[in-house]
Amino acid sequence: MRITVDADRCVGAGQCVLSAPEVFDQDEDGLVTLLMTPGAEEEAKARLASGLCPSRAITVHED
Amino acid sequence: MTLSDPLVVDFPLRKPGVPFPPPGYAGYREHEGLVLSHLPNGDRVWLVTRHEDVRAVLTDPKISSNPEHKGFPNVGVSLGVPKQTQIPGWFVGMDSPEHDRFRKALIPEFTVRRVRAMRPAIEETVDRCIDALLASGDSGDLIADFALPIPSLVISSLLGVPPGDRDFFESRTRTLISIRDSTEEQRTAAAKDLLRYVNRLVSIKEKWRGDDLISRLLATGSIATHELPGVLMLLLIAGHETTANNIGLGVVTLLMNPQWIGDDRAVEETLRFHSVADLVSLRVAVEDVEIAGQLVKAGEGIVPLVAAANHDENAFECPHMFDPSRSARHHVAFGYGVHQCLGQNLVRIEMEIAYRKLFERIPTLELAVPVDGLAVKTDGVLYGLHELPVRW
Ligand code: HEM
Ligand code: SF4
Repeated sequence: MRITVDADRCVGAGQCVLSAPEVFDQDEDGLVTLLMTPGAEEEAKARLASGLCPSRAITVHED
Repeated sequence: MTLSDPLVVDFPLRKPGVPFPPPGYAGYREHEGLVLSHLPNGDRVWLVTRHEDVRAVLTDPKISSNPEHKGFPNVGVSLGVPKQTQIPGWFVGMDSPEHDRFRKALIPEFTVRRVRAMRPAIEETVDRCIDALLASGDSGDLIADFALPIPSLVISSLLGVPPGDRDFFESRTRTLISIRDSTEEQRTAAAKDLLRYVNRLVSIKEKWRGDDLISRLLATGSIATHELPGVLMLLLIAGHETTANNIGLGVVTLLMNPQWIGDDRAVEETLRFHSVADLVSLRVAVEDVEIAGQLVKAGEGIVPLVAAANHDENAFECPHMFDPSRSARHHVAFGYGVHQCLGQNLVRIEMEIAYRKLFERIPTLELAVPVDGLAVKTDGVLYGLHELPVRW
């Protein structure tokens, strides 16, 4: 599994940081940044974040 | 797809004494397509009740938040709330891309990290409200003396309102939202007072910058000076009664389900369970659009009922149960899409601190009236209690 984030779409709701703080952070502008490629342990949380993000700024790629 | 005739229902305003969740919503969700209703002023609107459909409406580019469009469901106006939407900078009533400039400018103020840093100040505010309650005797009204002042004091410190002006600020915001206890003239006057105050605050901050939201926005210049008062009024209004109603209803729910007192997961569940902003995310179709198989024509109003969506069996198991252990954050109590509540992480911390401190410091707290005797708000777009009489 791979994750990409699109800071242009991000509306700073912070759902990702609340769901998977190991994987996502908000930069100085409050927009999403990726801290790491989720490993097996973070996968479920990262998927949850992608589902919760109100602006669909987080995409899960199944490759 | 052809649908049978839509179900037609009364506009879903709360009725006195009717407990939460509002009866009838389940029947609405089961009916295919959308539900047709009429606003108090007679306009036709489509009610959206399923979780999946509410999320779809709130992310559809053919559907607008702009109240200037023909057919926009002005629920608030028809109920007597002053028309604040004409103010420049009122970005909750704008669509992308205009909206996004304001939102992007404000996001840094509301990040998870930033609101966590406000925790000590919020704790102090909550403690001061509890001190005052305890000093006043062995009973009180938690709406007037706890739920309303907390969000007002928090937002005024965020905006950089000097401590000496906070009582003025609080009294005007209180008048603005008390539809039952104030006249339309009084509310308009309060809105004008606030706008004048906010204008003055901006000009003061232009001269003397401080460590506050207004000063930072002035420094970046991403929001024009004439738009700032509207932005500030929005922050003030969007975060006051919403938070207060949640705190009030949450306290009642915890008193009725004491096994959850002290469990921070109750915060998220009160948001879902009560969905106080049921009639807030109003929309209008700007092109013909199909929702749940129903054709909605350009110019027709759409009312996504977040309380109905948050009690949808297809999204939440046993939704009628107050169960903090579900830890469900996919509720739409804060809306969805680009307008999803900007203040949500601030609210989560405010509510968590308010519940924890209240029950820690007043462990003998109890309702002073029976639950079905509580005065429920039936006259506004937000669900909540007028008063919450308690004793200890
Ligand atoms: C429990 C308390 C709250 C609830 C239930 C709530 C609910 C909502 C909802 C449903 C929306 C979306 C409106 C729409 O879709 O048209 C919204 C937007 C907004 N809220 Fe909140 N809110 C709360 C507290 C706050 C606080 C404390 C603040 C600020 C300090 C705030 C600021 C805003 C702003 C600025 C918007 C507009 C965002 C935009 O258009 O991008 N809210 N809120
Ligand atoms: S949840 Fe989505 S919108 Fe919110 S901060 Fe994360 S990426 Fe941005």
